[in-house]
Amino acid sequence: MATRLFGSGIRRREDPRLITGSATYTDDLTLPGMVHAAMLRSPHAHATVGTIDISRAQASPGVLAVYTGKDTSDGLQPMPCAWLVPDADLKVATYPCIATDTVRYVGDIVAVVVAEDPYQAYDALDLIDVEYTALPAVTNPAEAAGDGAPQVHADVDKNQAFHWAVSGGDVDAAFKDAEVVVKERIIQQRLIPNAMEPRAALAEYDQASGDLTLWNTTQNPHILRFLNSVVTGVPEDRARIIAPEVGGGFGSKIPAYPGEFITVFCAKQLGRPVKWNETRSENYQATTHGRDHVQEIELAAKKDGTITGLRCTVWAGMGAYLSTAAPGIPTILHGLMLPACYGIPAIKEDVYGVYTNTTPVEAYRGAGRPEATFMVERMVDRLAGEIGMDPADVRKKNLIPAFDDGHDTVTGLTYDSGDYPTALDKLLSHADYARLRAEQATARKSGRYIGLGLSTYVEMCGLGPSQVAGAIGFQGGLWESAIVRVHPTGKVHVFIGTSPHGQGEETTFAQIVADEIGVGADDVKVIHGDTDTTPMGWGTYGSRTTAVGGAALAKAARKVRDKAKVIAAHLLEAAVEDMEFADGKYSVKGSPDKAKSLAEVALMANVAWNMPANVEAGLEASTFYDPPNFTFPFGAHLAVVEVDKATGQVDLKRYVAIDDCGPQINPVIVEGQVHGGVVQGIGQALWEQAVYDDSGQLVTGSMLDYALPRAGRLPEIEVLSTVTPSPHHPLGVKGIGEAGTIASTVAVYNAVMDALGPLGVETIDMPFTPERVWRAIQQATKGH
Amino acid sequence: MTTYPIDIKVNGEWKRAEVTARETLLDALRNRLRAFEVKDGCSQGDCGACTVILAGRAVNACLTLAVQANGKEITTLKGVGTSENPDPLQKSFVEHGAIQCGFCTPGVVVSAKALLEANPNPNREEIREGISGNLCRCTGYTQIVEAIEDAAAHGRRGVGEREDA
Repeated sequence: MATRLFGSGIRRREDPRLITGSATYTDDLTLPGMVHAAMLRSPHAHATVGTIDISRAQASPGVLAVYTGKDTSDGLQPMPCAWLVPDADLKVATYPCIATDTVRYVGDIVAVVVAEDPYQAYDALDLIDVEYTALPAVTNPAEAAGDGAPQVHADVDKNQAFHWAVSGGDVDAAFKDAEVVVKERIIQQRLIPNAMEPRAALAEYDQASGDLTLWNTTQNPHILRFLNSVVTGVPEDRARIIAPEVGGGFGSKIPAYPGEFITVFCAKQLGRPVKWNETRSENYQATTHGRDHVQEIELAAKKDGTITGLRCTVWAGMGAYLSTAAPGIPTILHGLMLPACYGIPAIKEDVYGVYTNTTPVEAYRGAGRPEATFMVERMVDRLAGEIGMDPADVRKKNLIPAFDDGHDTVTGLTYDSGDYPTALDKLLSHADYARLRAEQATARKSGRYIGLGLSTYVEMCGLGPSQVAGAIGFQGGLWESAIVRVHPTGKVHVFIGTSPHGQGEETTFAQIVADEIGVGADDVKVIHGDTDTTPMGWGTYGSRTTAVGGAALAKAARKVRDKAKVIAAHLLEAAVEDMEFADGKYSVKGSPDKAKSLAEVALMANVAWNMPANVEAGLEASTFYDPPNFTFPFGAHLAVVEVDKATGQVDLKRYVAIDDCGPQINPVIVEGQVHGGVVQGIGQALWEQAVYDDSGQLVTGSMLDYALPRAGRLPEIEVLSTVTPSPHHPLGVKGIGEAGTIASTVAVYNAVMDALGPLGVETIDMPFTPERVWRAIQQATKGH
Repeated sequence: MTTYPIDIKVNGEWKRAEVTARETLLDALRNRLRAFEVKDGCSQGDCGACTVILAGRAVNACLTLAVQANGKEITTLKGVGTSENPDPLQKSFVEHGAIQCGFCTPGVVVSAKALLEANPNPNREEIREGISGNLCRCTGYTQIVEAIEDAAAHGRRGVGEREDA
């Protein structure tokens, strides 16, 4: 009996090279004759640029070239925006690779130096004299949208990049008839993704052939190849993009950046391989940020806790320029999810995308959905407080009952399947919620402030189908592709268009193929991240690699299986209809002894000495899979905190997560995704915030100033699951990359507010630093 | 720019490098000695990706000048163990799913090695404290803590001990 690998927590195929230090990331590559680029970045958030004197830098030891925007304006086209959200009055401001007349955020590139070694390049940066005339800057999106704010782009009135609205149901009636209305203003603070590997690029250009190879820290090499052709002019057939080992992305390695393309430009000009590594300071200043919403929300309900409507306005900071996918994040990926797991019957949201003198904002783990989940889940707790009901009971009252084949929302989505009440019930019983409430009551009597925070969520992921991509203005497709190639010995190569960078698909995809065609996981090698060897694909983000790419792979593997069955039937002199694939073998039904292994079939298919009529040689199949719908994972999380009233210190005591991503291919990998996601969300609630001062300087410009979650500050995270297959996915799987982050921030937020409820504290802006919490307590209690 | 010869014993083998006065140990290890398993995550001493054991202590190679290491012994991830002869920590990280993107892993394993050498029997809190200088953005640390705890238990039982340890 062949063991089914789907569902088994086998060890990762990636790990042997990672644990012994032999893995190769972009910065580990060295080419003969390689030289180094360094970028001169604006120290001003907003300034006009006068003369730039590069003469001293040019004369500096080891320097090969210094280029400013004047030198690159012909060779580098402006950065394209690739998510042109329709019906939103979108204004895409010109985004040059190197600024010429105006800089618009601290980190905008004004020149590049190429030198023999990186130290020489950085020395030369200090010798470039730029004449800046500082201009007033604006960093807060709500302020930037107001009258009289500094204009980031002269041709964009009121800094309004777009105004997008979504509505469904009769919101006005919901509020007119509401028995209870709760309101809140929430700041979804700006976050810095902090992939542990900074971005890097290595460009090699053959001036004779015009061939470019670009190694880059990207989540989507095929999209980058396309965008590279637009910006640098190197056509797609001449450009090979390789994402070698990539050290995390979390959304920040989705977009194309000027840095990569400037590196390509330098390699083209100099005819030598050019490497550019961003410093961590550059990563903070110029690699995209996440979130940055100012949200005003009203929730309408009945006194019995039934939610009847949601109305909100969001000012979403976009930074100084629109990054590759930026406009779709606070709109499509955000507003459409507002009905949440309650099927809220009336929704109206206005989203204003606003230019500010800050680093461009892009996808950051969850991308729009954490901000939507936060709004709804926070308001549910506010409603509970208002009507004196337990937050768990308000959720139970409103959750959509279990469904397995579609639930339509008023925002036009169709959730694929869900069982939200079971997830919540399992969470409450595992955590012993009733006991926790009793302990909280006891603690309060002795002056201790314990809080319980719930969050129930549904998210849209597995981004696709392509028809929808077109309708929502995404300038690309959202299908995925896979090739399964079986060699004469039965060993298998799998080529995929997505580009995993830490999520373990070399393992989970081998598990899928092994089961589908009858080989061991060790017989399957998964190849990704090289546009010359892999089929076109749209990349790894939006929890879509397994949800879409895994489906493509399963379909390709099934084509191989079907062909193998035909060949095996021929070899066994049986009718194809009498064949079955069972226990990893191709056998005649009812005669398990009459069977061929995949290796036996593969040998014959590859030598082709004795093939069935009209069957081509070889054993290989490819698929382009366009999913019929998104997938909708869901779950329920609980955070338990204790707040020290005297100091404002928040102690996260316990965290329980229940997530449903459908059937799990590898539960150890799923658990790791949940842990990592939950901790990033906890980070937003408790520690993380990108802070700009009034002049637009990034105050939290290093890992010392920006508080990232560290091992010593976290509790053990309890991870449980339910399993509700997606009805439309060939394997039923839904995706798990972002779930933890989507649920956890508001769970912790609600817990802290629950703890402070008796003190009269209603809202605190994140993160919950002791000072902020202490001040809120002082204000609410007037120092008593 | 003037260079100075330094001799450092990297993973048991003496090596000579010509370094500048301002060159960090991190840059010398990566660029001169091709020790690419030592990762450059921030160059500012905050992330711990470049952690090596220098003269018995875990340090950030980015905050150490190369010339300071002259005459000293350094252990990187490759000195902790190899694929032929892995350290219990390395086996345990794989067993427990403690690796995702892998970029922080070399530094975390080296820190854990230094921790277990100083305290072979740490509790979970001590493990968390012991790797608090290492940032990981992928794992949320839980599986890393479990891996180190399990490796320590194996060490105490003598299972998976390296012969040359």
